[in-house]
Amino acid sequence: MPHIWCPGCGHGIVLNNLVQSIDKLGLNKNDLVLVTGIGCSARISGYVDFHTLHTIHGRALAFATGVKLARPELTLLVAMGDGDALAIGGNHFIHAARRNIDITALIMNNRTYGMTGGQHSPLTGFGTKSTTAPLGNIEQVFDTMELAKAAGASFAARGTTYHVRSLQKLLTQAIRHKGFSVVEILSQCPTYFGRKTKAGTAADMLRSYRDNTVPVGSEAKQKNPDLIERGIFVQEERTEFCTAYEGLIQAAREGR
Amino acid sequence: MKRDNSRDKRLLFLQGNEVCVEAALYAGLGFFAGYPITPSTEISEQLSKRLPMLGGKFIQMEDEIASMCAIIGASLTGLKAMTATSGPGFSLKQEAIGYAVMAEIPCVIVNVQRTGPSTGLPTGVGQGDVMQSRWGTHGDHAMIVLTASNHQDVFAVTVEAFNLSETFRTPVVLLFDEVIGHMREKLVLPEPGEIPLVERLKTSVKEGTNYHPYLPREDGRLPMSDFGGVHRYNVTGLFHDMWGFPTTDPATAHELLHHLVDKIEGAGQRIARYNEFFLDDAECVLISYGSSARSALHLVESRRAVGERLGLLELQTLWPFPAAIVRDRCEHAKHILVAEMNMGQITQEVKKAVSDPERVFLANRFDGNLITHRDIKNVLRVIRGGGM
Ligand SMILES: Cc1ncc(C[n+]2csc(CCOP(=O)(O)OP(=O)(O)O)c2C)c(N)n1
Ligand code: SF4
Repeated sequence: MPHIWCPGCGHGIVLNNLVQSIDKLGLNKNDLVLVTGIGCSARISGYVDFHTLHTIHGRALAFATGVKLARPELTLLVAMGDGDALAIGGNHFIHAARRNIDITALIMNNRTYGMTGGQHSPLTGFGTKSTTAPLGNIEQVFDTMELAKAAGASFAARGTTYHVRSLQKLLTQAIRHKGFSVVEILSQCPTYFGRKTKAGTAADMLRSYRDNTVPVGSEAKQKNPDLIERGIFVQEERTEFCTAYEGLIQAAREGR
Repeated sequence: MKRDNSRDKRLLFLQGNEVCVEAALYAGLGFFAGYPITPSTEISEQLSKRLPMLGGKFIQMEDEIASMCAIIGASLTGLKAMTATSGPGFSLKQEAIGYAVMAEIPCVIVNVQRTGPSTGLPTGVGQGDVMQSRWGTHGDHAMIVLTASNHQDVFAVTVEAFNLSETFRTPVVLLFDEVIGHMREKLVLPEPGEIPLVERLKTSVKEGTNYHPYLPREDGRLPMSDFGGVHRYNVTGLFHDMWGFPTTDPATAHELLHHLVDKIEGAGQRIARYNEFFLDDAECVLISYGSSARSALHLVESRRAVGERLGLLELQTLWPFPAAIVRDRCEHAKHILVAEMNMGQITQEVKKAVSDPERVFLANRFDGNLITHRDIKNVLRVIRGGGM
């Protein structure tokens, strides 16, 4: 398939797994809307045969909120880069989570701004070099899972492009979950992050996901706090926004 | 004789913002997203009550950018969608307004103007967003912007905004001002069907047959298919082909931009709305719009009473600028005086439109107070060689 991603980019692996999860769920393509922002990750909407909406940088969740509230029966998927979701779109992210609107948000975390050439993102990390932090980044990172949880997301999970089987499962569970679901996916950008930070090739980065991540709540993490946890962090039932709105319509009509 | 109770019910006494709400509902509004800002907030407040009663959707988003994005998303599912704001919020919406232009998504944006720049005078009247409404977003494009000076016309142009938006698949801006938004006056609520409504042109292409969302038709209208329907397609703010997929092909880009501009500029005659008062023999033509036009009309009527040949051209379509009408009505005028509450944003357009720009003068005010008929009269006296 011709696509715009560089050889070795993790975004293709995310696309593959997303499509497989949807297939597994047996969803009708006419009921699926995939909304994206701007960035390499956002181009994922151009390769699928759903209703697709490629919007503006950082605002994908706001567009998706409009589609979802207008047609609650549709399944809304939103794919974003870490820049999209947590820098320019950070406010929309926490508010979509707070509302607990039934949208599945994928954050493709390559720890950089890929499309604009490797500047640091909110997830790049302290001390890491970027094209706009040539002396090393002096900004701290977010923990996406903690942020999602604090903001009110009722489902939050982290996967990687190395652990594809569990990634597929996480995506399936996230889509099935009624409420705001977040799946953060560590996805390699060999072109910019790999080169700038000496993280190496795509294969090197995939190996690092294998070696530096552990399942949530494992003992290894307690011994070595630098390890990154993957798996489900939050899974709760909470009043969903569109359902609550239906109640509002009922109340208004009955004059309550 | 039996009293006509129905007529009483149709007579309302409302704020301009409330009239805008009545008109939007009359036009079939199904979705509203907004963020509070003076002097537009009553629109949100009213719709938060009215829409759920009608089964429509209201959401207060986290900011104006999100509100604009949300109405675009909702419009794609087939609902008539609107947002309302004032100057600072309007600035925030601009990138997404450009997106709606590019992706050809119908929606209505109300801007009840205050005075600026920046947060300016939140409760003061102004008309400073005339140029922002035209050129606020980046790149070349066309824009439809309407305004009104009294509540009956606020109703009519609001319905028209939805009609034009659906006809041309484009965002339409309603540029009111604080005085219009907050002033209370009579509204005769039109009967259902009294003002024709334009509904979205839906594709007749059957399921299983290729639907091209951006295949131009001879009449310029592009039939739409709702998100969630049987035709799946891509929507993007990038230059795109007739399938909606991004392209960098120079010929396709050239053609698309031409299409976006021509469909609106080419329909200037149809979009142009205005009121004329005493123009037939006017020696001096006043040109005004919004609440300024009320003061201008007051002056014209009072000077006519003492025999002065004054006339008023009240613009309701600000963009595309009705240059041909302005040129025609000003042809025999000795003086042309534009009354507006900014530093001359429409005045510049009038100068471009008429044969002799030296005939064009400006009576203005931008201190948060309504321009009065006296303010305009003072400028008129100076133009005619009198002292202040
Ligand atoms: C309002 C706005 N600001 C900046 C940009 C430029 N821009 C395009 S993509 C991008 C970063 C994308 O990074 P991310 O969201 O992490 O996705 P990635 O490309 O890394 O997958 C930026 C800053 C833009 N298109 N719009
Ligand atoms: S620049 Fe990075 S994120 Fe973008 S396509 Fe290339 S590898 Fe992927």
